[in-house]
Amino acid sequence: MSDGARGRSRFYWFFAAAGLLIALPSLLALGAEPVPDQAVVHLLNRLAFGPTLEEVRQVKTIGVERYIAEQLDPDSIPEPVELRWRLAQLDTLKLNPVQLRQLYGPLRSLRGFKPNPELEKAQRERVRIILRDAGEARILRSLLSPRQLHEVMVDFWFNHFNVFSGKGLDDVWIGNYEQQAIRPFALGRFRDLLFATTKHPAMLVYLDNALSTAPGSPGARGRQKGLNENFAREVMELHTLGANGGYTQEDVVTLARVLTGWGVNQPNARAFPEHAAVFEGARHDYSPKVFLGHPLQSRGKAEGEEALDILAHSPATAHHIAFELAQYFVADEPPQNLVERLAARWLETDGNIREVLRTLFASNEFWDSSGAKYKTPYQFVISAVRAAGVSFGNVQPLLAAMDQLGMPLFGCLTPDGYKNTEDAWLSPDATTRRISFATALVRDRPSAVDVAHLEAIFGSAMSDSTRAALEESPKGLRAALILGSPDFMRR
Amino acid sequence: MHRRHFIGGAAAAPFGFGPDAWAAVSDEGPRRLIVILLRGAVDGLNVVIPYADGTYYQERQSIAIAPPGKPDGALALDGHFGLHPALASLMPLWTERKLAFVHAAGSPDPTRSHFDAQLYIENGTPGQDTTRDGWMNRLLLVLPGPRGATDAISIGPTVPRILAGKAPVATLPLGSNGARPLPLDQPEIARAFDRLYSGDDDLARSYREGRTARAELISALSKERQIADNGAPPPTGFPGQAARLALLIRNHPGVRVAAIGLGGWDTHINQGNHNGQLADHLRPLGEGLAALARGSGEAWQDTVVVVLSEFGRTFRENGNRGTDHGHGNVIWVLGGTVNGGRVYGDWPGLAPAQLYQRRDLAVTTDFRTVLAAILERHMRLADRQLEAVLPDAPPTPQELARIISA
Repeated sequence: MSDGARGRSRFYWFFAAAGLLIALPSLLALGAEPVPDQAVVHLLNRLAFGPTLEEVRQVKTIGVERYIAEQLDPDSIPEPVELRWRLAQLDTLKLNPVQLRQLYGPLRSLRGFKPNPELEKAQRERVRIILRDAGEARILRSLLSPRQLHEVMVDFWFNHFNVFSGKGLDDVWIGNYEQQAIRPFALGRFRDLLFATTKHPAMLVYLDNALSTAPGSPGARGRQKGLNENFAREVMELHTLGANGGYTQEDVVTLARVLTGWGVNQPNARAFPEHAAVFEGARHDYSPKVFLGHPLQSRGKAEGEEALDILAHSPATAHHIAFELAQYFVADEPPQNLVERLAARWLETDGNIREVLRTLFASNEFWDSSGAKYKTPYQFVISAVRAAGVSFGNVQPLLAAMDQLGMPLFGCLTPDGYKNTEDAWLSPDATTRRISFATALVRDRPSAVDVAHLEAIFGSAMSDSTRAALEESPKGLRAALILGSPDFMRR
Repeated sequence: MHRRHFIGGAAAAPFGFGPDAWAAVSDEGPRRLIVILLRGAVDGLNVVIPYADGTYYQERQSIAIAPPGKPDGALALDGHFGLHPALASLMPLWTERKLAFVHAAGSPDPTRSHFDAQLYIENGTPGQDTTRDGWMNRLLLVLPGPRGATDAISIGPTVPRILAGKAPVATLPLGSNGARPLPLDQPEIARAFDRLYSGDDDLARSYREGRTARAELISALSKERQIADNGAPPPTGFPGQAARLALLIRNHPGVRVAAIGLGGWDTHINQGNHNGQLADHLRPLGEGLAALARGSGEAWQDTVVVVLSEFGRTFRENGNRGTDHGHGNVIWVLGGTVNGGRVYGDWPGLAPAQLYQRRDLAVTTDFRTVLAAILERHMRLADRQLEAVLPDAPPTPQELARIISA
């Protein structure tokens, strides 16, 4: 990481200036209760990817409640010019799935044109632009966006509805999947998130539903001859009901039949040429079905939507995702009582994610859990860079650090996504590598990160043992010690 | 009755019971167990192919492997089963009788969830998700002798559930730059962090284990470099990792257990037959296992490798030239103490009535009994120790116990 970290401080000043602009109006909010350092750091460790100096000042100025209210309403928070400008450079973010496949997908033989192996190889190289853009956008937003809770929820939901860039055309669609299926709904209604992810071509390809076909249907031929259970099982086990959510193998097969024909459009299709994901009635199973005890009307595509609605509104789904949210935001083994309250709020609000989070952030369990979570590699790397206040013109060294720590962005092969629990990530090698990353981050640059900057962020939230070790250590190492400390490994 | 049937057999009991049991075997070298988890459920019916079952070819029209002797056919094992041709690199081990298979093996738990099923083969308690530690970590805890930072190796950047628990586990990213110097290798930086991580919490312990393990592994791998640098670049992927692991255990025989997870087996579509997706994953696995056997020298005599997966795949090919989640599978066992050249287990057959829920290969051998045979006869655990590693495992059939030569 040392090579890439050098000489990239120019954006920091833009960011600092932008942060100040956000903080200014709130200076009017005099009389807010003074917030203890521990509470500020805890809040920003959980609702954000760790504190920055600007955000610490902001929370102290406007108070905890207003900060939470603003974060739950991200559209009310302006995005800094620098972030908008840098995102605007990433051309592939602006393309839809059809355009992405046309420009970056495998070359096709057309009349009078047959791509040679060299052209095909060049095209495979080109696909990397998409992953580079998607990775850069994700990292930049995590680092720089003041809508931090929204970014945290993108991390949460992407792992909940994971797709893998190495599967089929998903290298072409993975950036669009995040933009179109995850981001717009991260704090919205769960049902919309479930519909958007299920209907996105990246998911249809990743879990093989694109090929699942009613046996003997007019469209059954070639490698689309019959059922595929993969998506039907995972959408219930992982996305909605949970493994103990009360479905049977028969329900898996039934849902697979319900979703036959939900697939990916042909590149040169005459029907719906502007859509990459389509319902192909010719491959659908129109026979009557009973799903989870509900008789379904034979209505083609609408039948699949009805099944998804049954899943979205199930109490098992409420419970499953309440558990996941409490695990992500509170503790690896979340308090049962909190999970029950979140599930109840979920059912009251028809799966309104914003309202469930509002309940979570108001709970004693949330406020009593400071430092209970061990950071994932993603959270560790992003939070270190944010606290240090350094900027990266090129985010590749950060992506490389995540690879080394075992969490390559967009690289989780399995549909359960990356875990966020300590037992998944704490290892002897992780500790030595995190410390080494933190040390290189603050030292291997033209102007080393000032320890005073970090002390201003953490203040009295730093543990006594870390403080004692700092005093005994050479000045030049103190900033590295703070970011490599046991305190900083947790959130 | 003895809990283990075979313990009663005269030649089969290499040691007595009670606290002095270990004295009897102290002149023998330390034994080693390596587990390779094929995450995603490998299609065992296309690894060890029951070509003599007529229904196999009826139900797997596009993905079947032809019988031995036919073009691109399976490699003959025993007249009923053949090996996938992409695993040709393992045939020398089979001929030397150092490679065995246990067919129709699996978990007594019926789940078809990858994640629950993987949890059960890793925590060693099927059906119980409350067991937080892995059976290989519990194995470390019952092994005698001083415990070192590199007794257990996880090959990769994280510790999988199977190795998780109280005993320290070193993680060894066996990629090409796993041993590249880190800032923390510098004495001045290390001194400062040593102070910060001097406590007794789990982070401080992991820090100290990490520093010790790193020193030991770098020393073992620098010997490796002298050998491997012989002009050619080290191979990539699993063959490369396996070759490095082989050199590690050769140079550093203190390694008692190691585990690695390999993905890419969840072949719901386009599984392929003698070539294609599954073949492309099996080939480097076979080459890596052969490299491990070849490269570990004398240490191979004390090593057993187990390859297993969370469950098998459907007997019938699905509608997309792939297979869905099934039940029974095949377990691979190879190593210096293996009584190989045989396919163990009771073959349940593939007729509709013989299939589990009329769709999957049935499980006739509990995976824990295969592990128990290895733990007792290769790792030399006493009954009481075995009970701590695999609580409530059923008794191992006498026939299966012979998979390890006493």
